[in-house]
Amino acid sequence: MRQTGPYNEKVMDHFRNPRNAGELENPNGIGTAGNPVCGDIMEISIRIEDEVIKDVRFRTFGCGAAIATSSMVTELVKNKTIDEALAVSNRAVAEALGGLPPVKMHCSVLAEEALRSAIDDFRRRQGNS
Amino acid sequence: MNMKPIYLDHAATTPTAPEVVQAMLPYLEGTYGNASSLHSFGREAKAAVETARGRIASFMHARPEEIVFTSGGTESDNFIIKGIALSRKDRGNHIITSSIEHHAVLETCDFLRKQGFSVSFLPVDSNGLVNPDDVKKAMTNKTILITVMHGNNEIGTIEPIAEIGSIAREHGVAFHTDAVQTFGHVPIDVDELKVDCLSASAHKLHGPKGVGLAYIRAGTKITPLLHGGDQEKRRRASTLNVPGIVGFGRAVDLAGTEMHTESSRQSALRDRLMEGLLAEINDTRINGHPIRRLPNNANLSFAFVEGEGLLLSLDMEGIAVSTGSACTSSSLEPSHVLSAIGVPVELAHGSLRFTLGRDTTREDIERVLRVMPGIVHRLRAMSPLARKGAVS
Ligand code: FES
Repeated sequence: MRQTGPYNEKVMDHFRNPRNAGELENPNGIGTAGNPVCGDIMEISIRIEDEVIKDVRFRTFGCGAAIATSSMVTELVKNKTIDEALAVSNRAVAEALGGLPPVKMHCSVLAEEALRSAIDDFRRRQGNS
Repeated sequence: MNMKPIYLDHAATTPTAPEVVQAMLPYLEGTYGNASSLHSFGREAKAAVETARGRIASFMHARPEEIVFTSGGTESDNFIIKGIALSRKDRGNHIITSSIEHHAVLETCDFLRKQGFSVSFLPVDSNGLVNPDDVKKAMTNKTILITVMHGNNEIGTIEPIAEIGSIAREHGVAFHTDAVQTFGHVPIDVDELKVDCLSASAHKLHGPKGVGLAYIRAGTKITPLLHGGDQEKRRRASTLNVPGIVGFGRAVDLAGTEMHTESSRQSALRDRLMEGLLAEINDTRINGHPIRRLPNNANLSFAFVEGEGLLLSLDMEGIAVSTGSACTSSSLEPSHVLSAIGVPVELAHGSLRFTLGRDTTREDIERVLRVMPGIVHRLRAMSPLARKGAVS
């Protein structure tokens, strides 16, 4: 894949036109993750109905790779079941983007963790209701 | 990208001036002699080197024999700091520096620390200034060298070099300044600055890459870094980079004629840029000293967003800037300079450095001012840190 600067075209596309950026109106799960390596932060809000992720949004304070992986993870899990979503690893996200520079692999961990934390939050809320 | 690219990263490097390229060409083509050779080829090369040396020396109010040509700023810093430390190690082992030096100085000091020297890294105030009183207080009877930069490469603050120089003189301690960012941009007089040693690099003033200088005041003993032949009065072995030195000389000529007009032209554009960004974008701060700063440097932090996203977005518009300093842009740590002036980590992450040059126009600055607000707002809209309502 063609490289422009540190990132390939697919990463740049997700940086330029992030999918599902922002906040959901009425989420039933919200998760955040902080990156211990660089201090960057990501937040995912989800709407789950019948075990399926009907809608998802993200907000990210982080580098280009963090924004692109956030965008990609929302695409990968939308309309997937919780189990399918939990099977999405940070590697899978990076691969779906056609790869990340080695120093930027840690950025993809944010996306995976924020997603898990949103699903945990959803389960917690279900347990309480 | 069909718009004219706008280069605002002159602190990283400058475009080589066409006049400099013209001056160098004969020494890359016909006049290829080794400046150490005794025959006519060598003498011709040597004459060109000495002409450049003379011009550069007079530009900084030094004597020609006090200039040692090197491969650039990093080598000059290494040569001077290690060379002074080694030559004075019988007198003491203590070095004083600041916490906002370029890595070429900080890493060299750290290397010496591991070799048994002790190093005091002085703090700076919120504008990035070293307090000369702190230098005085840090002084011990083991102090052999003070090294404090002239102009900071990230935030542009210009340090009180002459005041520190007076203190160094009172105590008989050698004083070095890294003038890589100021040389050719603000007037430099080694006597007024009271420095014993100074580093400069040609490519920061529209000269070629790979050539710099170490100024060593007459009478200052220094151990060489490079041993071998007896070039540069045995202070630096290695065949002289004749085309590079000639280009450096030409770049200094240009600086000599243009520096004053350019620095006022660039600082006016720089102020327009800083004030415009501050007025157009909420939650923005300027880093560095409001007045004592390099004429071409603007450094700002944009809250709630991260610098790389800003840089990539500007790059898509054909505008080249830097986050932190160029050498550290692949590192994930926030800039040591911004930490030293007390910028909180998250804010430091959202910092950009714009550095102007002789090719920067008013229209370039206006275009940056047109695109920046949209870029910041777009990134803030997807930032979890942005306060509701702050995204305007
Ligand atoms: S550097 Fe922090 S997420 Fe990429």
